[in-house]
Amino acid sequence: MSDEFPPDPSTGLSGSKTTDTLHPPDELAGSLTEALRRRVLTMNLAVTLLAVVLALAIGAVLIAVSSPSVIEAAGYFFARPMDTFSAIWNSVASAYSALFQGALLDVDELREGNIADAFYPISETLTVSAPLILAGLAVAIPFRAGLFNIGAQGQMAFAAIGGGLVGFGLSLPAGLHLVASLLMAMIFGAFWAGIVGFLKAKTGAHEVITTIMLNYIALFFLGWVLNQDWFQREGRNDPISPILNETATFPLLFGGGLRIHLGILVALGAVIVVWWMLTKTITGFRIQTVGANSAAARTAGMNVGRVWIIAMLWAGAMAGLAVSMNVNGTDKVVTAGIVGNIGFDAITVALLGRGSPFGVLGAGLLIGGLRAGGLAMQASTGTPIDIVLVLQALIVLFIAAPALVRSVFRLRGKTAESLTIAKGWGS
Amino acid sequence: MNTNLEVRVRKSLGALAGIGAAALVLAACGSTPDDGGATTSAAPSPSPTDTAAPSPVLPPVKACMISDAGGFDDRSFNEIAFLGLEAAKAEYGIETLALESGSDADYQPNINQAIQQDCSIVITVGFLIGDATEAAATANPSVDFSIVDYAYEAPPENLQGLVYATEQSSFVAGYLAAGMTETGAVGTYGGIPIPSVTAFMSGFYQGVQYYNEAKGTDVEVLGWDPTDPEKGTYAGGFEDQNQGKQIAKNFIQQGADIIFPVAGPVGLGSAAEAQANDGVSVIWVDTDGCISASQYCDVFLTSVMKGIDASVKASIGAVVDGTFSSALYVGTLANGGTKIAPYNEFDGAVPAELKAEVEQVTADIISGTITVTP
Repeated sequence: MSDEFPPDPSTGLSGSKTTDTLHPPDELAGSLTEALRRRVLTMNLAVTLLAVVLALAIGAVLIAVSSPSVIEAAGYFFARPMDTFSAIWNSVASAYSALFQGALLDVDELREGNIADAFYPISETLTVSAPLILAGLAVAIPFRAGLFNIGAQGQMAFAAIGGGLVGFGLSLPAGLHLVASLLMAMIFGAFWAGIVGFLKAKTGAHEVITTIMLNYIALFFLGWVLNQDWFQREGRNDPISPILNETATFPLLFGGGLRIHLGILVALGAVIVVWWMLTKTITGFRIQTVGANSAAARTAGMNVGRVWIIAMLWAGAMAGLAVSMNVNGTDKVVTAGIVGNIGFDAITVALLGRGSPFGVLGAGLLIGGLRAGGLAMQASTGTPIDIVLVLQALIVLFIAAPALVRSVFRLRGKTAESLTIAKGWGS
Repeated sequence: MNTNLEVRVRKSLGALAGIGAAALVLAACGSTPDDGGATTSAAPSPSPTDTAAPSPVLPPVKACMISDAGGFDDRSFNEIAFLGLEAAKAEYGIETLALESGSDADYQPNINQAIQQDCSIVITVGFLIGDATEAAATANPSVDFSIVDYAYEAPPENLQGLVYATEQSSFVAGYLAAGMTETGAVGTYGGIPIPSVTAFMSGFYQGVQYYNEAKGTDVEVLGWDPTDPEKGTYAGGFEDQNQGKQIAKNFIQQGADIIFPVAGPVGLGSAAEAQANDGVSVIWVDTDGCISASQYCDVFLTSVMKGIDASVKASIGAVVDGTFSSALYVGTLANGGTKIAPYNEFDGAVPAELKAEVEQVTADIISGTITVTP
């Protein structure tokens, strides 16, 4: 199990040995992202899971040392050491139990027969996961074409303008209105991401640089738009849009205080569509071929630039759908903070999901669960939600450094591969 | 190379663990608490005094607070609101719960968490939570809500807005700044042009103009355009301290020697720049800068304080006494909901005559002789 590779079509084409010959050292940024990309695509499922386990273990240490009861008990450690250990156990166990209960199922409420309250946690997890999954796809698709999309944040911000305008500005019948708003968000997102693909294809501008810069432009543009008469809510001077018309919002699936809405099914559908696109269509084949070896793809007669643009258009459309989960789903309004940090969390999701649509689904659910559970943990045990952000960062760290995970768990590893990237970052 | 990296990581992890262990050992020589409190796992049994609580008629109050995305450690309004919660806890002996939001998406779930935790009053901090708070108040009529920095036109009966006429205290600060400047120019800038920010800048400007009229001087205010708030100077957010440094640098180059940043932590950059330039001082915002950012106390002429803590405490107090109402709370110079901080290290530098005039201006605003517009 531990040495199996995921069933990934690109692995057959990618020999890690060839990486360096394809990318001469002067193309530093390109070869770095390429090496990391290859690393993630061929990563072992066991390492991914162990990265999560390791992160949780370090999180436990942080919870313990920051817990007031542990600090108090440690004050008289030599007089009665067992107090410290029991305080550590209590703080970690109660925090993690609240985290997991807050992400999955409230057992106490279930015992009392409050069905809606009992399922509140899983409803929250799914609600929070939906935009993460979609934004994760927005990073994963270009990833398969060999591009690092750091720009989901900006694509979402720009898409929020389009989706919001249709959502509160037009009057259309229910259903049609929602579809129109989603389509507009996808078009806006695709346009913003398409710029990146176009610049890459026509001028060779590195997508990491252009996406980061476009993030700033989109976020400040959104801030400006929110202060314009045609976008700002009437009677308000705050940067906030009107509330979306009821017809343009996702209907709740169950109601009764559960926030879970139809958008979750849209996210699931998008995962399947992207999987189908990547594995069953010519577009997908081209994307994967260009990602595996762009020089070979070019030699084989593929228009590499066009494939890059197409991959970015798909990414932008997914980013548009992602922000719609907030605009048309939970918040029903556009604000400067509508994107939150989802565009950057999406990078975590895509890395953790190893760039595959179903991997992204799983990773999105995991991160979403951590987020939802984190809020419940904070409410019931007072553990700060920042711990969840630390967990997330640790997971990424361990995924980026699989050799570390392997050595901690004494797994046999391919250290030669990690050597390449360490050299790359160091030189 | 890779192994080196790993070794380094291991070493630093080891060093960290070492520091932690040393700290524990140093701290670990204390004595155990009294036998009664020693068993940490045992739940505290209700003592007879608990059952004979002073107000047997009213159910116990649990006050809960939800921060905006800035978090409770923002050294700004979330933090002061939290201090108000702590003050209420100390004074009324009630249970409290503080829920931090990591992003805008956390507001609704956090309010839901607060309701699930049986809070009797939920205080949300910041206008961004306005819609979510109103929706929750309508859906949960048995829970009281109040919101910092937000006013509703027609709130439900269980929802109170808490707002602050900060233009009044900023007016006083503007008068003081005009009286203290040596160069004849002062500067102000905001985070983003929203009413809770521009009120400070506008009040500050009016205070300087009032001084100019009274004394026949011509003190200039940089960074504020009275005809269009949008055209003032803004940092574009509330986080980037480098922006604060850069803006302060520009103001100083244009001849200003007193700077009034209205941008939360961004202002720390301006305070650092003021420290590096002789004769430049800063008026801090929201809190008394000498307490919240004491490392820069030597450049803080004074601070324009927003009495968020007082209003939060008042709101919780009303729930404790059973007098909670949805009537808008407006913090003014008159009710202490906004004021300027002591001069602290500048106490000797401000002439007694100017101090008296500042007192007079304050009294005139309270009595209505001077009207200040936001």
